[in-house]
Amino acid sequence: MMFAPAPFLLKDASVSQVMTQVCMALIPGIAAYSWLVGPAILIQLTIASLTALLAEALMLYLRDKPLALFLSDGSAVVTAWLIALTFPPLAPWWLVTTGTVFAIVFAKHIYGGLGQNPFNPAMVAFAVCIVAFPAQMSQWPNIGLEQSLVDQLNIILGLAPRVDALSGATPLDAMKTALKLGDGQVDIAHLLANQDIYGNFAGRGWEWVATGYLLGGLWLWQRKLITWHAPFAFLAALISLSGALWLYQPATFASPLFHLLSGGAMLGAFFIVTDPVSGCTTPRGKLIFGAGVGLLAYIIRVFGGYPDGVAFAILLMNLSAPVIDLLTQPKIFGLKAAGKGERR
Amino acid sequence: MLKQLFKFKGGVKPPTNKTQSTTLPIAGAPIPSRLVVPLHQSIGGTPRPVVQAGDTVLKGQLIGEADGWISAAVHAPTSGTVVDVGMYVQPHPSGLDAQCVVIEPDGRDQWIAHAPFDYAHATPDAVRHYLQQSGVVGLGGAVFPTHGKLTASKTVPMDELIINGAECEPFITCDDLLMRERAEDVVRGIGVFRDLLKPKKVLIGIEDNKPEAAAAMRAAVNALGEQFLVVQVPTLYPAGGAKQLIRVLTGKEVPASKRSTDLGVQCFNVATAYTAWCAIATGQPVISRLVTVSGNVQAPRNYEVLIGTPMGELLQLGQPHPDTDGIVMGGPMMGFLVPNDTVPVVKATNCLIAHSERLFPPKAPEMPCIRCGACGEACPHELQPFELYWNARARNFGKTQEFHIFDCIECGCCSFVCPSRIPLVQYFRFAKSEIWAREREKNAADEAKVRFEFKQYREEREKAEKAEKLAKAAAAQAAKKAAEAAAIAAVESPSETPAPAPTEATGNTPLPAVDPAQDAKKAAIAAAMARAKAQREAAQPKNTETLNADQARELADIEARRQQAGIVEARTAVPPPSDAATQKAE
Ligand code: SF4
Ligand code: SF4
Repeated sequence: MMFAPAPFLLKDASVSQVMTQVCMALIPGIAAYSWLVGPAILIQLTIASLTALLAEALMLYLRDKPLALFLSDGSAVVTAWLIALTFPPLAPWWLVTTGTVFAIVFAKHIYGGLGQNPFNPAMVAFAVCIVAFPAQMSQWPNIGLEQSLVDQLNIILGLAPRVDALSGATPLDAMKTALKLGDGQVDIAHLLANQDIYGNFAGRGWEWVATGYLLGGLWLWQRKLITWHAPFAFLAALISLSGALWLYQPATFASPLFHLLSGGAMLGAFFIVTDPVSGCTTPRGKLIFGAGVGLLAYIIRVFGGYPDGVAFAILLMNLSAPVIDLLTQPKIFGLKAAGKGERR
Repeated sequence: MLKQLFKFKGGVKPPTNKTQSTTLPIAGAPIPSRLVVPLHQSIGGTPRPVVQAGDTVLKGQLIGEADGWISAAVHAPTSGTVVDVGMYVQPHPSGLDAQCVVIEPDGRDQWIAHAPFDYAHATPDAVRHYLQQSGVVGLGGAVFPTHGKLTASKTVPMDELIINGAECEPFITCDDLLMRERAEDVVRGIGVFRDLLKPKKVLIGIEDNKPEAAAAMRAAVNALGEQFLVVQVPTLYPAGGAKQLIRVLTGKEVPASKRSTDLGVQCFNVATAYTAWCAIATGQPVISRLVTVSGNVQAPRNYEVLIGTPMGELLQLGQPHPDTDGIVMGGPMMGFLVPNDTVPVVKATNCLIAHSERLFPPKAPEMPCIRCGACGEACPHELQPFELYWNARARNFGKTQEFHIFDCIECGCCSFVCPSRIPLVQYFRFAKSEIWAREREKNAADEAKVRFEFKQYREEREKAEKAEKLAKAAAAQAAKKAAEAAAIAAVESPSETPAPAPTEATGNTPLPAVDPAQDAKKAAIAAAMARAKAQREAAQPKNTETLNADQARELADIEARRQQAGIVEARTAVPPPSDAATQKAE
C-alpha cells in the first residue's frame, strides 16, 4: 500500500486555479482597454499567450519537465497577458513575441522555472524591450480613431503603414514631454485641457482601463488571493509623493489622481507588486516592497528618461526583496511581545 | 455568563464529517479473539512487564508497572491467559515493533478484586500516585501521564484550568458522545483536577458545532454545583490543539520553549477527566476507551473498546465498504495510516477511519512553491511554512530552526491550503527527525569527548598529585634537614638566624609548587571546557555549503532517508515525544 501522508483532506486548490483567477481579475481592465483602442489588444493578448505557451513548452521539454502538468498551470499565460497589457497595443507582432520569449526563457526558466524567478518576467520583458526598441515601445495609438479588426491586424503584422495611427505617446509621456518643452512656462491645468489626450482625471479613456484593473484587484483581494499590504503601500507611497509635490507646485506636478490612473500604476499595484514569487512575502516586507516601488516609480516616471517607471521600480525592488523578507520575519505564536491575555 | 474569547491566527475549515457517527449512542465493542496490549502507551518510560507467557490474568490486573515518574501502569483489559510477551507491530507511522503483552481472553471477563479509592481522605500525592497506578493518561492523543501534569508550579500561580472538549478534527466524535452521555463523570473528574491544581478558574472549551455536548456539560456542572464555565468556541481547525484552545479561552500564547504552567495554565482532555474519575470512583484502571469508527464504513459509530483490540476487528463493527484500502488512526488532518489491521487499539486511539480513494482522493502531483503565502495565512503558529519548506528541501536544517520549525505542531493546515499540493508537513517531520538524529549523534560524540577529556584530566591530576606528593616529601625532608642544620647551627652559633634555611630548602618545590599544580589543573579544566564548547559549536547543524567527506556521506544518508520519506510516509519520523504530540488536545 502506498499512500500520501496526512493531511488526508485537502482544500480544493491548485496553481492553475490561482492563475485562472488572476486572469479573470484582469478582464474588466481588458474590456475597458479594448473598448478604448479596439480589438488590437485582444490580438496582442493572443499573440503573447501563444508565444508564451510555445516558449514554455520548449523550455519544459529542454529541462525534461512534465509538459502537461506545467503548461496547464497557467503561469505562462499570466505573464503573457501582463506583457501584452504593458506593451503598446499596436506594436508590431515581433515586439510582443520577443518580449514574451525573453520573459519565459530567460527571466523564468533559466532561473529554474515556476516559483524560482527573482524578477517579474513581464517586467523584465518590458525593460528589455524599452531599452532595445525604444521607438517601437513608445508608439501609442491616438485615442478615438475608428479602426477595424482587419486594419489593426494589418498594422500589427506589418502589412499596413503605421504612420497616422501611431503618432501618440502615453498621456503620462505626453505630459512629461510637454512640461519639458514648455521649460517651466507651461501650466498643467492648461495641458489637461487638451481633450484629445486627457479625460476627466488622467489620460482620456486610460483612466477607465486603470479603474478596470482596480476593480479586478479588489476582487482578488476579496478572494484572498492577494493581501492588502503591497497594493496599499504602493498606492499610498505614490499618492504621498505625488501629492506633496503637487501641493508644493500644482503648475508643474500632476495631481495624485492623475498619477494613480496613469501608466502602469493600477496594473502594477494589483497584479505585479503582488507577484509573490518575485516580491516580498512577509506582511511588513510587502509594505516596504510596495512603498519602495511606489516611490521609485514616481521618481522614474517624473524625473527619469522613460515614459513610465513602474517596471524599473519593480525590478529594483525585486532585487532587494529577499533581504527585506529576511529582515521582516514576523513574530510567531507565543513569541510576540506579551500578548493581550498575558499578565506577567 | 459571557466570556471574552480570543482568536488565534490562521486555521482552516475542512468539512467536519461528524454527524455520521453521532446518530447512534456509544456501544460496547465485544471482547476480541486476542488482545495485544503494548506496554509503552504513554509518553515517558516503558513500563516493565510483570507477567510472563502462561500466566493467567484477571481483568484489571497489573501487567506493566510504571518505570519512573513519567510513566503509567498498564493493566489486563479482560481475564484470560498471557500467551506471549514480545515484540509486535505498533499503531505508529514508523511501523516499528514494541513490547506487548498478548492475552487470550477466557470469555469470563472476570474482574480482579478492586474497590473505590478513598478520595476524600487522600493526600494530593496519594491521588497522583493512584492515577499513575491506574494508568490514567491524556486521551486527547498525546498520552502524557496525567499525574505528571497535576502538580501546580511553585512559582507561577495557576490561573486557568482548561478542559479540552473542542474536538476539532473532522470525523472524530468520541469526546462529543462522551460529553453527551457521561457528562457528570467528566465534571467530577474535572473536580479532581481542580482540587489538585487549585486554579482560579476552570474553563471547558467545546467547539460550537457540538451544542448537545455543551448543553449536557452545562447541565452536569449545574447539577453538581460547580463553578466551571462551559464555553463554546468557534469551530475552526485546530481550535482543539491545546495551545490554540488556551489562546482562545485565555488569550495566552504558549511558545514551544515554554510549558503552559509557566503561564499559569494547564489543559486536559475531557476523556482524561472521565477516566480519572472512573478510576477513583470504581477502582477500575484504564483498560478501555471510546473510539470513533467512521470513514468509508456503512455504520459509523462510537464504541467503548478494550485496549489491545486489533484495529481490523474493531473496524469490522462498522462494516467497511469493499473498496476500503487502509485504516487511518486519528483524524484526517493529523492521523496516519496504520501499518496493518492487526495493530491494537491503544490509549491514544481516538478514531479509526476506513480509508478509500473515494473518501480521500489521491493527491494531485506536487508543483513548485509559488510563494503565494497561503500556507503562512493558514498556520496557527504564524510560521512561514514555505520558508521552512525551502530550507528543509535544501537540507538547511539550521535555517529551519531559525524559522522555528519546532514550533510547528504538524496540524497540516499549510498542506491543506497549498495550491502547489506540496506535502509541507511531511517535509517538516523529515527536517525534525533529521535534526533529532544529528542531536543524538552529537550527544553520543559529546559523551565520548567528555569521557576522553575526563581521562586526560584524571591523568594530569594524578601526575600533579604525584608531583605534589614528591614535592611534599622533598619539602619535609628539606625541612627536616634544615631543622637539623638549624639546631646544629643554633648549638654552634646562636647568633645566626635560621630564617634563610627553609627558603633554601623550599627551592626544590614545596609551597609554591602546590599552586602551579592547581593552576595547571584549573587550566586543564578550562581548556577542556573551551575545547568542548568549540567542538559543540562546530557540531551545530550548519548550512551545506562547505562539505567534507564525512558530511557528504551523511548527506547521502539523509538523501536516502528523504527518498524513503517521500514514498512511505513518515518512516523517518519516529518522533520522540514531540511537541506536536504533546500539543494535541492535552
Ligand atoms: S501555500 Fe504552497 S505554494 Fe503557497 S507559499 Fe505555501 S508552500 Fe508555497
Ligand atoms: S503544520 Fe506546522 S507549519 Fe503547517 S500550519 Fe501547522 S503549525 Fe504551521
